[in-house]
Amino acid sequence: MPGLGSAQRWAAAAGRWGCRLLALLLLVPGPGSASEITFELPDNAKQCFYEDITQGTKCTLEFQVITGGHYDVDCRLEDPDGNVLYKEMKKQYDSFTFTASKNGTYKFCFSNEFSTFTHKTVYFDFQVGEDPPLFPSENRVSALTQMESACVSIHEALKSVIDYQTHFRLREAQGRSRAEDLNTRVAYWSVGEALILLVVSIGQVFLLKSFFSDKRTTTTRVGS
Amino acid sequence: MALLLLLGQLLALMGYGGAFYLEVRELEEKCFIQEIPDGTVVIGNYKTELYDPAMEKYQPSPQWINLFVFVKDPENKNLLARQYGPQGSFTFTSQSPGEHQICLHLESIRFALFYDGKLAIHLDMQLGEHTNDYAEFAAKDKLTQMHLRVQQLVEQVELIQKEQEYQRWREERFRQTSESTNQRVLWWSILQTFILVATGVWQMQHLKSFFKAKKLV
Repeated sequence: MPGLGSAQRWAAAAGRWGCRLLALLLLVPGPGSASEITFELPDNAKQCFYEDITQGTKCTLEFQVITGGHYDVDCRLEDPDGNVLYKEMKKQYDSFTFTASKNGTYKFCFSNEFSTFTHKTVYFDFQVGEDPPLFPSENRVSALTQMESACVSIHEALKSVIDYQTHFRLREAQGRSRAEDLNTRVAYWSVGEALILLVVSIGQVFLLKSFFSDKRTTTTRVGS
Repeated sequence: MALLLLLGQLLALMGYGGAFYLEVRELEEKCFIQEIPDGTVVIGNYKTELYDPAMEKYQPSPQWINLFVFVKDPENKNLLARQYGPQGSFTFTSQSPGEHQICLHLESIRFALFYDGKLAIHLDMQLGEHTNDYAEFAAKDKLTQMHLRVQQLVEQVELIQKEQEYQRWREERFRQTSESTNQRVLWWSILQTFILVATGVWQMQHLKSFFKAKKLV
């Protein structure tokens, strides 16, 4: 029967497209995202960030402490079931790469709970998956011309240049904050020391005078 | 083919929402720092969600939950102080180089939330090259794929250039700070030696006259 045949064909085509769709959704991880953020972590505080990640995505978490105290922070990364994937205490800088083993919300926390009065500025960069392609309709399988592949490699190289620049800027920020700290500390300490000097030297003189004054009264009493 | 295109667009849309989120309470302020050179465009895409205890998951926020965004430049001048809806994007351009502070807090403008109402802010801040939407760029100017790629490279290089200029400005400030510390240490050492010698001389003179008056010398 021709009607059934065309329906069968249609169903087969739909099934094929459905499979391709499913395959696309499952195998190709979604376009990735890179979030880099600098935030302030007050003393005795903990700040957590959450991200929904699909299974099989390669992710990288990188963090660096910019200002505050001994420039260290606790970091902790948990998967959706609560298993700790990464845990470090009092680290200044670290980078951790992992592949998501299951779908769900991953949580990473920075803690400054060990510090009593210094608040820290923390920078982190969480890269999930690959960068989205320039053209949404681009078919990754097709070959690129020489020009295009040269452009792609230049793009990747420039991305790493920008990444190095960021890290350089953070280290320079660290150095500069230490220098500014030193500057203010020198000012306060100098003024303080000058005052202490004056107070101590004047105090010494009057204390000495008071010793001799007492002796004199005792001698006069004995004499009379 | 058209289906793949549609899928691509869908995935691209989902990708934006895939940025991290943080949990806040109502009126709790969260601040972020962006250290950028002048003339940089910063776009923040955000999405807020309200925790539904009945369903035990986050649902998109109702319209009466607004996001307040305050952006301060390095001289503490207000660059942006605006109220936005529960979803959208905010943008600003830096006027001077340095650390900009971006503070956000959520507020419900009509109904009161439950006292332990949890909210989530999905945030994705991009600056420089990523702020251009290449698809509409291409469609508007009818550029070829090659042209678009080169345009992306040009913008990346411009970003690097700007960052280098900014580095130079920062290094100059660092040098100024170090020179100021150097000067301060020098002058204070001289001053303190002077104070020491002066107080020593004064002490001797004072005590000498004191003992002479007491007829002990």
